[in-house]
Amino acid sequence: MISNTSERVVAGGEEAESAGSGPPPLFLLPVQIVLARLVRHIAVRRPSLFNRIGLHRSKQFLIVPTNLPYAMLLQPDPVRPTLRAVPKQWRDYDARITGTALTLLAMIDGRSDGDALFFSRDLRVEGDTEAVVCLRNALDDLDGSVADDAAALFGPPGRMILSGLRRIRRERSDT
Amino acid sequence: MQQRDTTILTRPNLVCPAGTPAALRTAVDAGADEVYCGFQNATNARNFPGLNFTRDELRESVAYAHDHGARVLLATNTFAPGDATGLWRQAIDDGIRCQVDAVIVADIGVAHYVATRYPAQRLHLSVQAGASSPEAIRYYCREFGVKRVVLPRILTVKEIKAVHDEIPCEIEVFIFGNIGMMAEGRCSLTNYATGISTNTDGVCSPAHHVHYVEDGERNLTTMLGDFTIDCFAAGQSAGYPTICKGRYFAAGRDDEYYAFEEPRSLNLTSLLPELMRAGVSALKIEGRQRSRAYVQAVVSAFRKAVDDYLAGREPELDSLLALTEGHKETQGAFGEKRWR
Repeated sequence: MISNTSERVVAGGEEAESAGSGPPPLFLLPVQIVLARLVRHIAVRRPSLFNRIGLHRSKQFLIVPTNLPYAMLLQPDPVRPTLRAVPKQWRDYDARITGTALTLLAMIDGRSDGDALFFSRDLRVEGDTEAVVCLRNALDDLDGSVADDAAALFGPPGRMILSGLRRIRRERSDT
Repeated sequence: MQQRDTTILTRPNLVCPAGTPAALRTAVDAGADEVYCGFQNATNARNFPGLNFTRDELRESVAYAHDHGARVLLATNTFAPGDATGLWRQAIDDGIRCQVDAVIVADIGVAHYVATRYPAQRLHLSVQAGASSPEAIRYYCREFGVKRVVLPRILTVKEIKAVHDEIPCEIEVFIFGNIGMMAEGRCSLTNYATGISTNTDGVCSPAHHVHYVEDGERNLTTMLGDFTIDCFAAGQSAGYPTICKGRYFAAGRDDEYYAFEEPRSLNLTSLLPELMRAGVSALKIEGRQRSRAYVQAVVSAFRKAVDDYLAGREPELDSLLALTEGHKETQGAFGEKRWR
């Protein structure tokens, strides 16, 4: 995490302007609808998730899968949770978590240890370290995985895709 | 498969960490005999954000453990400062109400409270108490009825055996995980850097003082407050942002170096038979701050290794290197005194 202050990281200048803290492209609208539905679904199913996040519920977590075209911005507010796609260079966040999509999935699934991923440099954390630690611990205390919740929302196709991703992850970690 | 003489091996308890109820259930399911955990405050030495148990969670977790034949130990192993001792008494009261099987204490005042208020309660002496000699341990046994001592990580196996022969209580030793400076219960480095005490606030390198800075070439700098702890080149394994594991410049040296100790984790897998022969009753895994994945992997590996040794089999030791700090392991002082 970059700066470990309680103040949100907002970069100024041209880069920030081009990276955009403004609205993402219109073609992402269907994705935004799905993500919004997804985070509300998880909030309803997993109310205990928010207890461990504590005072960091209002924080903005920028989750950056390095091998996907967009990042996700999460605000784990139990009353009004938000999750939306944003450009990877999004500058308005409290904490940024970066890794490959499979690395992030392994963490969410409880299959990989966050500290070990940090030691191996597979996971990067910038910004508010404490907020990230709380989010990590909150996710780790869940039985099962929010990835399963997300997949279930989309029925058999969703479960099939998740199963495929997990298979790829296992194969890669075996090699 | 090679057979081993088991006539003098006694079955030790495998004592496993849990920072959350899910981790506790994972530890029990993976074969833990005992699980240690703490409340969400300064009364335990892993007072990290988002970690630890509420009273309700502890009560439910104790029930789960007991249903599966495991025991729960409550870590109240920090030192109560003058203006807040009530917090520690409350933790003891609540833990005993939750029916924990033992409480782990470091502070003499807390030990006295348990011994006088709950004389039937099983009491363990934390590693934080730093009791390493037979005389010191016997004092705790005599005055507070301590039933088990967690030895500081400063003794060789031979010395552990010598201590064992001179004390009236069980011995617990760490066998895996983070290994700190050999001044357990007395380290003030975090306090110096942040004003927050490991010993009384229960947190080493508090997360809200930790900064990670990575440049465009993926070189990583870890900081605690205003202090740079270490710099890792791209691709180089990183360690925790703790002062005792940092690299520093010093007078008389041309390059930065590990002034205290290198970031690496304790792993005593190959010493397990010797520890059992030395009379160690409980083998402890560090890592309440780690994930379910860590707990599952480490507890399973040690469950299998201990059971194999007891059955006279030479275990195929699973590599736990991926979970170690800096991807390096050590036997610490258990192997040789020169380690630092």
